[in-house]
Amino acid sequence: MTTLPASSRPAARTGPAGRAAALTAARRLEAWAGLALVAPAFLLIVVLVLVPAAGIFVIAATDWTFGSRSLNFVGLRNFGELFGDATFRAALSNTLLYVAVTVPATTILGLGVALLIESGRSCRAFYRAAHFLPVMATLAAMAIAWEALLHPTIGLINQVLHTVGMPRPNWLRDRELVLPTLMVIGIWQHLGLAMVLFLAGLKSIPSDLYDAAAVDGADGWLDRLTTVTLPMLGPVTMFVTIIMALRAFEVFDTVRVLTQGGPDRASETLLHTLFVESFEYLRTGYGAAVTLVFLAIVVTLTLTQAKIMDRRVHYT
Amino acid sequence: MKTESALSVPAAMGRHSVLLASTLFMLMPFVWMVSLSIKSPGEAFEASFVLWPETFYGIENYGRALTEVPLGRFLANGVFVSLSVLIIQVLVAAPCAYALAKLTFPGRNLLFLFVLIGLLIPQEVLGLPLFILCHFLGLIDTYAALILPFTVSPFAIFLFRQFFKTIPDDLIHAARLDGLSELAIVWRIVVPAAMPALIAFAILSVIARWSNLFWPSIAVSSEELMPPPLGVVFFRNEDDGDDLGPLMAAATMVAAPLVVAFLLAQRKFIDGFTMSGLK
Repeated sequence: MTTLPASSRPAARTGPAGRAAALTAARRLEAWAGLALVAPAFLLIVVLVLVPAAGIFVIAATDWTFGSRSLNFVGLRNFGELFGDATFRAALSNTLLYVAVTVPATTILGLGVALLIESGRSCRAFYRAAHFLPVMATLAAMAIAWEALLHPTIGLINQVLHTVGMPRPNWLRDRELVLPTLMVIGIWQHLGLAMVLFLAGLKSIPSDLYDAAAVDGADGWLDRLTTVTLPMLGPVTMFVTIIMALRAFEVFDTVRVLTQGGPDRASETLLHTLFVESFEYLRTGYGAAVTLVFLAIVVTLTLTQAKIMDRRVHYT
Repeated sequence: MKTESALSVPAAMGRHSVLLASTLFMLMPFVWMVSLSIKSPGEAFEASFVLWPETFYGIENYGRALTEVPLGRFLANGVFVSLSVLIIQVLVAAPCAYALAKLTFPGRNLLFLFVLIGLLIPQEVLGLPLFILCHFLGLIDTYAALILPFTVSPFAIFLFRQFFKTIPDDLIHAARLDGLSELAIVWRIVVPAAMPALIAFAILSVIARWSNLFWPSIAVSSEELMPPPLGVVFFRNEDDGDDLGPLMAAATMVAAPLVVAFLLAQRKFIDGFTMSGLK
């Protein structure tokens, strides 16, 4: 524990001796009150966050399988095994591909929808609500709805394709199509979130900038877009991109419900591998190693985000 | 963008046609789900685009969804777990955030560092050690396992602290002079003054708990403890494929509460997401 210097209220230093003593007592009282108020949160963070997080590093260095009474320390062997494991390699490359496609798609489409909504006055609330609805809907339930929609014979999509004379693919059982299908569902789910963040960003652009641009001769919509709107949205875009990336790396529900990583590992993702190794195969040590890879990615992204946030608002 | 002048007619038509097309895409799964939930098995399996069925089969489908699996129980579990977690999170976070924002005490910087570390770590990462912890505490397959890991929210502490800092010190000094204890100041002065933050957090917390599939899949296996997402997936897996109507009815009932709540209080929900932008 670090002891902080006493608060530097001017009265405490300059007042007469009696007042100073009273203030010291008051400050001691304040310290005790502070400690009492933070005690539950402090305890819970230590027990439920810090110790477990530290535990992963220890467990990842063992060959522990859950339920067995003995374990050996194996150093970094789990990581060596990890990168030689076809399932993990598939999970990592699928996840990176999933992120590489869905993040730009969600960000650009979210920006496009936000710009279109704001460009006119009618039906704004309707369009905003309709596009935000997937963010609200419980994904596990909606995955089941997507499964019905994508059903090879009676799903709406294949019925439409059949009517216009196209082949009817088995979207979730085809090695080539399964990951793109999950990507579309991922974009569908998060586009609305990107949209509302961009809408907030658009609202915060001061209107005199547009007036200034108009004075400089930029009064067509394209001019206004390229000279004012897009440059002003730069920081928001960065921020949205990272939030979308964090959410994309955490893709799990759709994989769990719709494909279980199949067919033949074609839709295996990091979090799904983590889940299966840790809680189905009970390979605890190995699961912890997968967890650490996931953690490293997420922490890197979050720190980048914090850096960007820090440039915009100062919170300490 | 500014919209002082109305769009020209072709521009407005372009805007509506693009937005209607993407709206159609966004709403398609909802429409198909609800449509199947009111169709008879015969109509569901005959290939047709018809959205409204010839014979309304909703009562049978929703009735079977509620009786074949304890769907009512799943939904009640969702309400119970989400609200318990929310209440405990606020009880734990608000006093801590107040102390971090307004009091000087030893260890304050260290605690704030812990909160920031907590913000960094996604819940899925803690799944494995928390599973082990719950196992040794004998909590696996109990409500406690569904609630305990979420009792402390670093995000709540961080968000509340931000808001509490903006409350004038004079207000707090005046409350002290009136003889209020520090705890009374938290609940009667500071928290009411930060209602927007509390509402935003409450919305995000309930959505997160209601929708979560990952941790409940680890923490519980008994049907009677399952929250809605786990319950509906369980129903799907039990189902041999010809219960499409009841399954869609179940999915609709699981998705409906948050969707309806959002439609009723859109502004608050969207503000919640933009205020935090994060979770």
